[in-house]
Amino acid sequence: MAEPVTTATREAANPRLAGLRRLAIVPAYNEAGAIEAVISELRECDPELEIVVVDDGSADATATRAAKAGAVVVRLPFNLGIGGAMQTGYQYAREHGFDLAIQVDGDGQHDPREIAVLIEPILAGEADMAVGSRFAGERRYRAPFARRIGIQLFARVVSLIVRERVTDTTSGFRAVNRRGIALFAVDYPHDYPEVETTVLVHKYRLRMVEVPVAMRTRAAGQSSITVFQSVYYMIKVSLALFVGLFRRYSTRLEEQ
Amino acid sequence: MTVRVSVFAALAALLLLVVIFELIRSRRLHERYAIMWLLTGGVILILAVWRDALGTFSGWVGIAYPPSALFVLASFFILVVLLHYSTVISKLTDENRILAQRIALLESSLQRPGEGVDTR
Repeated sequence: MAEPVTTATREAANPRLAGLRRLAIVPAYNEAGAIEAVISELRECDPELEIVVVDDGSADATATRAAKAGAVVVRLPFNLGIGGAMQTGYQYAREHGFDLAIQVDGDGQHDPREIAVLIEPILAGEADMAVGSRFAGERRYRAPFARRIGIQLFARVVSLIVRERVTDTTSGFRAVNRRGIALFAVDYPHDYPEVETTVLVHKYRLRMVEVPVAMRTRAAGQSSITVFQSVYYMIKVSLALFVGLFRRYSTRLEEQ
Repeated sequence: MTVRVSVFAALAALLLLVVIFELIRSRRLHERYAIMWLLTGGVILILAVWRDALGTFSGWVGIAYPPSALFVLASFFILVVLLHYSTVISKLTDENRILAQRIALLESSLQRPGEGVDTR
């Protein structure tokens, strides 16, 4: 980038951003090595963006580094898992009256420069939730074999349930408007939430769209999923999807 | 007569599965803990329908009297579940202690405003 993007040039480029309070929710568990870079990149892309880091009981310096980098830090007293951490972020968004919340992983795999593309359908009033998909559009991403099968299987099943083509149900790069914030603040799955929330949003009659985005390989650390966890992941998510078919959801979401 | 036993045992197993399903659906049982119970219901159902299963299993591990294999299996399973619950209770106790400590510290700092709270 040749010149720094100021608020004025940004809002000139996208006047719909003016007056919209937007929050980046960054869940982080032992991401001391990557968190500062994630925060400063987010800042650079959108200086008006508020950033809340939900530290999910990290044992390292994640919280202090995030605070030093200028983010609001919500420190959970013990590890709740990604679902509990993410929901804490949505509750923060609701309590502070944000209009737009964007989930960004704390490990640096989501490129903040894609946020502008991601939130476009929400700004246009076409969707309540936008999901950054690695598979939609022409930008292709090749995951490791086993993971690709899992991702595709759930994409098929979820597409059947919501009667709409969904290509990437496991993406954690998402943005929601006030309706989405209100929903996720009260109802969010405990662990491995991505697939289930895709269906949840449909059940509550929120509109979802996928936006093609590119993702990077992790900046630091290893993927946290082991073989045992993968098996548990498949069984847990399948069970939750199946039982979910028989749950009744109120179609109207009370604004709180 | 043995058919009648099979039918009743299968019905009991199905009832168990339905109860588990309803508990998950009404959100009174988390998926995490439900998996174990669904597996249990499934095993009971298999034993009820497949009459020779217990005899075959007893043959493998060298138990002469098949019904005692059932008791060995059942008591071992219950032992494992209880052990698992002990670890869950330990974790809950730890988390509960941490919460109580955090609330107490928060309260004391709220009573003396202006000092700020270090949330660590």
